Amino acid sequence: MRRIISVLMENEPGALSRVVGLFSQRGYNIETLTVAPTEDATLSRLTLTTIGDDHKIEQITKHLNRLVDVVKLVDLTEGAHIERELMMVKVKASGAQRAEVKRCVDIFRGQIIDVTATVYTIQITGASDKLDAFLQAVGEAAILEVVRSGVSGIGRGEKVLSL
Amino acid sequence: MAEANCCICFLQEETEVEKLSGGDMLIRALADEGVECIFGYPGGAALHIYDAVFRQKKVKHILVRHEQAATHAADGYARSTGKTGVVLVTSGPGATNAITGIATAYMDSIPMVVISGQVVSERIGEDAFQETDMVGISRPIVKHSFLVKEQSKIPEIVKKAFHIASTGRPGPVVIDIPKDITNPVDKFDYEYPDKVKIRSYTPAGKGHSGQIKKAVQLLLSARRPMIYSGGGVIQGNASEYLTKLAKILNFPVTNTLMGLGAYPGSDRQFLGMLGMHGTVESNTAMHHADVILAVGARFDDRVTNTPGKFCPSAKIIHIDIDPASISKTVAADIPIVGAVDSVLSEMLELVKASDERPDTKALADWWTQIEAWRDRYSIQKNPNYSNEGMIKPQEVLRALYHVTRGDAFITSDVGQHQMFSAQYYLFDKPRRWINSGGLGTMGFGLPAAMGVQLAHRDAMVACVTGEGSIQMCIQELSTCTQYHLPIKIICVNNQALGMVKQWQDMQYDSRYSESLYEDSLPDFIKLVESYGHVGMKVTKREELIPRLEECFAMKDRCVFMDIYVDPSEHVYPMQVAPNGSMRDMWLSKTERT
Ligand SMILES: Cc1ncc(C[n+]2csc(CCOP(=O)(O)OP(=O)(O)O)c2C)c(N)n1
Ligand SMILES: [Mg+2]
Repeated sequence: MRRIISVLMENEPGALSRVVGLFSQRGYNIETLTVAPTEDATLSRLTLTTIGDDHKIEQITKHLNRLVDVVKLVDLTEGAHIERELMMVKVKASGAQRAEVKRCVDIFRGQIIDVTATVYTIQITGASDKLDAFLQAVGEAAILEVVRSGVSGIGRGEKVLSL
Repeated sequence: MAEANCCICFLQEETEVEKLSGGDMLIRALADEGVECIFGYPGGAALHIYDAVFRQKKVKHILVRHEQAATHAADGYARSTGKTGVVLVTSGPGATNAITGIATAYMDSIPMVVISGQVVSERIGEDAFQETDMVGISRPIVKHSFLVKEQSKIPEIVKKAFHIASTGRPGPVVIDIPKDITNPVDKFDYEYPDKVKIRSYTPAGKGHSGQIKKAVQLLLSARRPMIYSGGGVIQGNASEYLTKLAKILNFPVTNTLMGLGAYPGSDRQFLGMLGMHGTVESNTAMHHADVILAVGARFDDRVTNTPGKFCPSAKIIHIDIDPASISKTVAADIPIVGAVDSVLSEMLELVKASDERPDTKALADWWTQIEAWRDRYSIQKNPNYSNEGMIKPQEVLRALYHVTRGDAFITSDVGQHQMFSAQYYLFDKPRRWINSGGLGTMGFGLPAAMGVQLAHRDAMVACVTGEGSIQMCIQELSTCTQYHLPIKIICVNNQALGMVKQWQDMQYDSRYSESLYEDSLPDFIKLVESYGHVGMKVTKREELIPRLEECFAMKDRCVFMDIYVDPSEHVYPMQVAPNGSMRDMWLSKTERT
């Protein structure tokens, strides 16, 4: 099962490599990874997605917690949560294609953020499967370049992950 | 000591806050942390620190002959005392040589602080001379690491390093310190903090009281109980509680390779070690147990044999300070995260306060069954080797136990001799059996013995080794000369990489691929004599005990006993693998349970 684990950790050099190293060392996969400082500059928030059964995820969270740099963490997939990913895509857009791509962008509530005579650069945010669906809709043949930010997530309601 | 203390008080009175260079701060911080002895080897990037070592008297430095030995010696010091072992090495090759010892300490959860010199800050990343990314290279084998970027942070980092290394599940911590940070010119305010707080690090303390109550209930309802304890009971100083709890309940006890000595090895309730080369009675009792109390043990694959066949009818209580150890390979029915001493003492109080006791009849039947297994299989009662032909390695360990009256510190290398030691030397006290269990590092024994002897100057310290392992850190004979370490090296010489050869016998039709030396062994007697030590070669059975007695009578000499033993001997019992359960064991080359 796909899980989203959100980690609050010390914003210190070496902290990120310890987290990433743990995954390779213990043979766990990282599907996506995003990290940036929080409003408190001494802390970073890291979100990663991984795939595993309950036992594996329990091991991953225990080992993450064991890292001295990790302050707190939560498996967002355990409760109601919101996930978002940002994607920028360059697609071929000339002639009749232009209108079609534009329609597709509208349906997915994306934005065209750069234009040339033959290329649209599109920005879309949403859950990862929505981004996948967009890529499928546009069609592989039209796609020139894809950049995805990786998943960020936050719990729904009043629950917060903070100090 | 007292004088030095006064002198410092005086200094402090005169100037409000002392000003020290980075190098001086580092060594002063060690002294203020209570460190008496460090193990190391100098080199360019560490020279400012070494100068600071020279200009003080509180922290004694032991010069080893290879950085691997520095880490093993610090490790032996730590295992035998419970204090944190300290290592000082230079950058590059000094740091990489220390890696094997750091990994050894990591696998066995030994508190250690390793200080490595680093190239000057502005050269980092340029492939400078003797530069290696120590923080990176050690990352998977340390509990934590620090790269020092400012002199003023040194006291705080040292304090944190010792705190992290020694609390919770202990482990090695690296402090990598660039040369410019220790330069003697720039001086900074020095004050050693008395406390640390690390918001992201809160080791477990007491266990959950509800879980503890449930566990006690389960213990009191047990009909075929077993206590299975590991290195955590020794590291967590909980042997006394464990012993009392086992005694009050009259439960049988087994220890892991790392846990030997946590429960008195010569006590009636002790069934011997468990696992791959454990006793049949321990493994069989585990297999049939209905309740297992696992304490400070981690269900290692060398213990459980095939995890899916592990103890089919047992409910498992698992106490460990490290949540990640619980339900890692074998699911626990009652997990308890907490310091083992605290949890065991709480359990003990609850048992004492309760009028309930396990079913007397059931427990008596269980003991009758265990005694029957013991009569049939015990290697103490029925030695599993013959007394004919060459000396058998098992006899050497029996003789060693006899001659030292079971009261020596025994360090071991890795191989058959290690397993024979674990089987035949009965440890009645914790911290007496010092071996590399998790990593299985050949070369560990001699330097570890140096650390033990330095911590216990008057104690009997013996290193049981093989002619293979001893050659991995043999250069340390020179360190023993320099510091007058009267270690007794008991070389169980089977003229082969015995453990490898045993597996080749069992699994590769005796094709001895690279496990023999073809007459290339050195004359160990001449070799040790050249270092100024005493050498004794023993080849005859009747010489064994008298020569060992002679050896241990030389209280102030390092003695190397080169004891020739039967090269064809295997370590038994041995669990049948793959796909065996705990109780499936080879008893000899031809018999099975
Ligand atoms: C550093 C290292 N290299 C290789 C091994 C694999 N190994 C385990 S036991 C053993 C043989 C040890 O020979 P010896 O020290 O003579 O002990 P014996 O088994 O003969 O008693 C070897 C090579 C190891 N444990 N450590
Ligand atoms: Mg050998």
